Amino acid sequence: MYRGETILSGGIRKENSLAMSQYTDLELQLKSVKYRKALLKYIKLANAGHTGGDLSCTDILNVLYNDVLGVTPENFAIRHRNRFVQSKGHSVEALYVVLADKGFFPESDLETMCQYQSKYVGHPTRKVKGIEFNTGALGHGLSIAAGIALAAKMDKTENYVFTLLGDGELAEGSNYEAAMMAAHYKLDNLVAILDHNTLQITGRNREVCSPYPIDEKFKAFGWEVVSVDGNSIPELRKVFHELPAEKSKPTLIIANTVKGKGVSYMEDEKKWHHGVPSDEQYKQAMDELDALEKKLVKHSIVN
Amino acid sequence: MTIKTLTMGKANLEVFAATLMELADKDSNILAATSDSRGSGKLGPFGEKFPEQIVEVGIAEQNLVGVSAGLASAGKNVFAVSPACFLSARALEQVKNDVAYSNQPVTLVGISAGVSYGALGTTHHSTHDVAVFRAIHNIQVVVPADNYEAREAVIAASKSKVPIFLKFGKKPMPNLPRLENTFEIGKASTICEGGDVAFIACGETVALAYEAALLLEKEGIQAEVISMHTVSPLDSEKVVETAKKCRAIITVEEHSVNGGLGEACASILMQEKLYVPFKIVGIPDEDTVTGSQTEILNHYGISGDGLYRTAKGLL
Ligand SMILES: Cc1ncc(C[n+]2csc(CCOP(=O)(O)OP(=O)(O)O)c2C)c(N)n1
Ligand SMILES: [Mg+2]
Repeated sequence: MYRGETILSGGIRKENSLAMSQYTDLELQLKSVKYRKALLKYIKLANAGHTGGDLSCTDILNVLYNDVLGVTPENFAIRHRNRFVQSKGHSVEALYVVLADKGFFPESDLETMCQYQSKYVGHPTRKVKGIEFNTGALGHGLSIAAGIALAAKMDKTENYVFTLLGDGELAEGSNYEAAMMAAHYKLDNLVAILDHNTLQITGRNREVCSPYPIDEKFKAFGWEVVSVDGNSIPELRKVFHELPAEKSKPTLIIANTVKGKGVSYMEDEKKWHHGVPSDEQYKQAMDELDALEKKLVKHSIVN
Repeated sequence: MTIKTLTMGKANLEVFAATLMELADKDSNILAATSDSRGSGKLGPFGEKFPEQIVEVGIAEQNLVGVSAGLASAGKNVFAVSPACFLSARALEQVKNDVAYSNQPVTLVGISAGVSYGALGTTHHSTHDVAVFRAIHNIQVVVPADNYEAREAVIAASKSKVPIFLKFGKKPMPNLPRLENTFEIGKASTICEGGDVAFIACGETVALAYEAALLLEKEGIQAEVISMHTVSPLDSEKVVETAKKCRAIITVEEHSVNGGLGEACASILMQEKLYVPFKIVGIPDEDTVTGSQTEILNHYGISGDGLYRTAKGLL
């Protein structure tokens, strides 16, 4: 639990249990399957999308929105709600699908995604309900999130600010400007999640222009750094509910993920950074995800 | 004749990449600098053939431009290649100070420019780049119309002693006719002549203006089409000459109507007291509509048909 005490409901801390108890791990795992299927569906319809990165961060967005943030269409206007700024804006399809599931808009709206005159642009836009910031140019989210976190400190509110970064994105120098400032202001309400899928457009981060060691860099800036399997629902839940990882320090969660997670031929393949599956590939992806769903259900019955 | 009877070329960006390969083959001093952008810059083959001549900085456009300025100061002939939106916004201070003000002859290559990224939206559009670079001293702004101009511009840039911003879209372009097969930075090219109305256009919109000229021709209206490939420094002589020759002028650009080619031409005309009927066609000052590049351009009348109608309205 946050500081072992409270919960976020309506974006405000209350004296009762965390949103965490609302879903079982299995229920969230099934949601991830549903989200992956939906995002592939809308990418296929739009004939465009950043597929690999969507699939790598699906579980992270799932846990954030269903277990951590506590934001709903009803409480979204509350100033000191928990906030999520998706810095790696290109993974917008995953975010749209999760927001639709949370009731911010009907999922069928996404049929217009990227079409002429649609408000569902191919990067997060505040025209869409539930989106906190217009992102898509990399290297902005951490500064923005630090600003929101600083405002919360000024107003002595208890809300958290989360941002999701790509590992390729870490080359943008603004990240380190924000990292320095966030530690200086002791923003322990600021949590950066790194979608550590080890790939960017050109290839492996390590080979393109190495960001490593990531943990030591952030520690040197005064951050608390924790690592987690970013495609594991239970692990993600645990790490979020133990926040802040350390008092007076911002937290970096290195979420080790697989780009293209859930679709065998997309997994860990740089060419699926963006890409639309052919009809045949689409069917295979859906079959694989259906099979996973069945397996999850069966496993839970056996146990 | 219709626009369809013109031969279809490649994307200007591909011509850029092929030309840079040729140049790099002859001169090991030529470098391509990229920011996780070699794929979108069509520089995959370049990287494979000349691994020693490509510098990859990762997703870091400010660093890209600063590093390129440093490399140039140490004698390297650098082409810094990155999406135009990031090169002209994210790295603007590096462009202004490290490249332009410090006079380092880097060629900044803005790829997928204008609204080429279509539905990816405003973060990815570069409809401000010409305006910001026009307001910075010591950087030339060149927007090639077709494959011929693209190739010539890259060659010219490789020999240039001053900073240049080259702007490329990504869709295949028709090979345009032109009165003279010459290319010089700062000198406009005439695509076709006519005295009724003149289209002064740049980049991918020149082909659209030509399409409009062909539609007008069917009605006996003679349109002149000018490729103003260099928007800064502008060929003001050509603008003045055109205003004296034609009954009306329409400027066309895949750029904001604020601060681009249109306003540059208007400024010259007003100051020369040449008050011809005049219209700036570009992306208006509003939240840009979602759509593919073509849908966005059509939406704002930046199309053969749209320009035809604008001309009819003006005459
Ligand atoms: C400032 C900026 N530069 C370049 C891009 C183009 N771009 C979009 S996604 C991407 C690669 C991102 O890699 P990574 O951060 O590792 O994301 P992920 O692997 O999670 O998709 C690039 C270069 C951009 N969107 N913004
Ligand atoms: Mg990555």
